[in-house]
Amino acid sequence: MPDHEDVLETDEGVSRRDFFTQAGVGACAIAAAGSALVTLDFLKPKVLFEPPTSFIAGTPLDFADGVVRFNKEKKAYVIGTSNGVYALSAVCTHLGCIARYKSDERLIACPCHGSRFDLEGNVTHGPAPRPLPWLDVTEDATGNLVVDTGIVIPRGKVFKV
Amino acid sequence: MTASEWVRSTSLYRSVIRHGVGETNRNRSLIIFENLFLHVHPVKVREKTLRFTHTFWLGGITMASMIVLIATGILLMFYYHPSVPQAYRDMKELQYVVDNGIFLRNLHRWAAHLMVISAGLHMLRVFYHRAYRPPRQFNWVIGVLLLIFTLLLSYTGYLLPWDQLAFWGVSVGTNMARQAPLVGDTIRFFLLGGNIVSENALLRFYVLHCVMLPVVLILLVSVHIWRVRKDGGVQGPLESDGASS
Repeated sequence: MPDHEDVLETDEGVSRRDFFTQAGVGACAIAAAGSALVTLDFLKPKVLFEPPTSFIAGTPLDFADGVVRFNKEKKAYVIGTSNGVYALSAVCTHLGCIARYKSDERLIACPCHGSRFDLEGNVTHGPAPRPLPWLDVTEDATGNLVVDTGIVIPRGKVFKV
Repeated sequence: MTASEWVRSTSLYRSVIRHGVGETNRNRSLIIFENLFLHVHPVKVREKTLRFTHTFWLGGITMASMIVLIATGILLMFYYHPSVPQAYRDMKELQYVVDNGIFLRNLHRWAAHLMVISAGLHMLRVFYHRAYRPPRQFNWVIGVLLLIFTLLLSYTGYLLPWDQLAFWGVSVGTNMARQAPLVGDTIRFFLLGGNIVSENALLRFYVLHCVMLPVVLILLVSVHIWRVRKDGGVQGPLESDGASS
């Protein structure tokens, strides 16, 4: 009686049955990986109906040296200095509460856990781990200042007016 | 022939339950392992392991709260739309308009608190009775997963009333997720279905809370209880504890 394994065995030592089993398992694994990727992609929204992140802050003339304006809806401070205008996010870097400007103390304080920031966004009191981010300020065609809360710019980059 | 004997003699009854009444050890065993829901339990347990002071019934309390949560949760779903601002109105309608709505909502809330507390205490009990040791080390791992899924359920349910507490709770929580290195922002984006806590986030948390997490939890609970049987029953206080101390 011939040995069954010898009949099926090829030169490489892989039987036909093993080859098809491995090919089948491999195909299933590829299909499973593909399905996982497609599902992950499915879960990522392609169009978001979120409110726009930019807003018109006013004209450069509105921001004389020392003026601090708060946009409640977009949660941002727009601050005038002697050499230009810059915008700060009002979202506390600790856990996302809205930090409030205290005009008498000239600082920005978070009501949730007591973090404090100076008017350049630097942390003067914890627990906030990072300074408030600076936001993009541009001028549109009509000369209005446009602040985009979705774009963070390097600190200290004041918009010259 | 009594009425119950007659019921047991009908072919309908015999087709569902094939074993006799629990008068013999054999039938008492059959009652357990011929039943899908009971067969995860041991056929025999030592009487002392059923005593309250043996386990303080903490796992059982957790399981009972889970059943209460599923029952009340399904009923609450009949009145709840996971959309803005309808979700908040539905929650108020349940409280003030729907008959027994406030009772079911409060029952759901208190059972949720109880489940988290009893799961935590159950874990402590298991730890102090050294029940995490071999052969039960795998069931400890299942238990840790169950605690995580219990907390995830608790957290996803937190957003659903869509009130200030819910909104800020989830704002803070997803900002914590953002702190994860490299993938933090991606995790937050996928969790919220966007960049802000909005309708997408409410819908995602709703599906997680009502479908995906409960399915995983029920599967894990089944494995957990079945493993108690496979690992030799519950481990209470060690016999030597009383003698040595």
